[in-house]
Amino acid sequence: MPPQPQPPQPPTAGSKVVLTLTVNGEAAEVAFEPHKTLLEVLREDLALTGTKHGCELGECGACAVLVDGKPVLSCLMLALECGGASVTTVEGLARGAQLDPLQDAFADLGAAQCGYCTPGILVTARALLDQHPAPTRPQIEEALAGNLCRCTGYLSIYQAVEQAARKAR
Amino acid sequence: MRAPSFRWHAATSLADAARALAAGGPRALLLGGGTDVVPAIKRRQYVPELLISLRQVAELGRLEPHGASLRIGAGVRLGALAADDRLGVGHTALRRAAGVVASPHIRNVATLGGNLCLDTRCNYYNQSLEWRRAVDYCMKAPAGVALAAPAGGTCWVAPGSPRCWAVSQTDCAPALIALGASVTLVSAEGQRTLPLADLYRDDGMTWLTRRPDELLAWVDVPAAARSTYWKLRRRGSFDFPVLGVAAAVELAGDVVTAARVVLGAVASHPVVVPTESLLGRPLGDDAIAAFAELATRLAKPLDNTDYQLGWRKRVTRAYVVGALRELRGDDPALLGVLARRQAALIPA
Repeated sequence: MPPQPQPPQPPTAGSKVVLTLTVNGEAAEVAFEPHKTLLEVLREDLALTGTKHGCELGECGACAVLVDGKPVLSCLMLALECGGASVTTVEGLARGAQLDPLQDAFADLGAAQCGYCTPGILVTARALLDQHPAPTRPQIEEALAGNLCRCTGYLSIYQAVEQAARKAR
Repeated sequence: MRAPSFRWHAATSLADAARALAAGGPRALLLGGGTDVVPAIKRRQYVPELLISLRQVAELGRLEPHGASLRIGAGVRLGALAADDRLGVGHTALRRAAGVVASPHIRNVATLGGNLCLDTRCNYYNQSLEWRRAVDYCMKAPAGVALAAPAGGTCWVAPGSPRCWAVSQTDCAPALIALGASVTLVSAEGQRTLPLADLYRDDGMTWLTRRPDELLAWVDVPAAARSTYWKLRRRGSFDFPVLGVAAAVELAGDVVTAARVVLGAVASHPVVVPTESLLGRPLGDDAIAAFAELATRLAKPLDNTDYQLGWRKRVTRAYVVGALRELRGDDPALLGVLARRQAALIPA
């Protein structure tokens, strides 16, 4: 086989790779060890600790973030796969001191108890409301079917999403 | 739980991925969506020397008509697939299967090719390294890492057995086999197309006939007049199937002219049930009952997934009956509690 041109690969800095991505609306250049997941890079290299380590195997939803507007599990995504992507974490929901309507509703209705699942649920619900400003209860249940909550029994979470949707209209 | 170090290659084309795979040798691993591969790497079931990312390979993301079939690239995401308008009523089984894999977050990333190549699963294999070490590992991954062929170790499901009984738990394979799909594998040497059923082997360790230097590029999916997919799992989300029933029929009036029924999660491969007994007659209660009896005999679940073994075998009959009654046009609301549960699980 004739020699083949090598495709572009991420540049390295020592044992680290350097990637450019957009995090919560701001361009970020980050150096990290290439085996890290997006979750590990967000928390350890970008100091965004709102996103939580849960099961780390895709079975709980605590680590959910939005990548290009879609809810994904950051524990299952290698950060190397995110070059050029736009990532939204729970830190990106508020506008300055003004909370996202979802955050207000979760506080009003006690939809966060221990709070560990809350960041993943908030960003997932944000993606739902961006796509469906007036979701039905089954649409909310389906959208949040990848987020486990062991405290609330989910009812207050569904009600908070509905309240946030009503207030945004 | 950290992944170990590996070399990385972001493939830019199908040909580039095939070259990298051929050059990478036995410890090169393809990364589609990664939702199953990444946990397996964290648990040291796989310890790749080279990861080949397929994310940038545009050819794998295509979905387009191809003759009378639909050609679906292996890189198409399951969530996008389930919601794609180009999947018509003739592809109902696939739309339903893709739409009930894992959870919405995982479907946003997981690919069709990954689901079709899904590693076989077992209660003794899908555990942490520490758990598996504590039981002295199993045949599928002696010393921790999954092997392609037996090299000692015990199958803890059937300790006297010379083979591995890990279970095929892909949702999309039974649905696509029922629709009569074929699959194309690409390597640096060329490509070959085979019926999707022939991609699978009844072996928990060597569950695919794919060669190590081949990658699954696309499937061609004919339409079927009526098809469905029923999935059994403990929860309405997250869980792998402990039973999948995919069925497709063609009718002339009310007489069955063609039928395919495939069982998932009851063996190390998708089980194709012979359908001769259904042909040339209407889908009457007696024909369905006799066929369900045959299908249940072919289901050989072992005690290595969720739910009780005996119940999993018995429920096969109920699911086959329900799926075929749905295809003959019975109101799902009248199909009993199992059907109602199915209807609730399937996105509209």
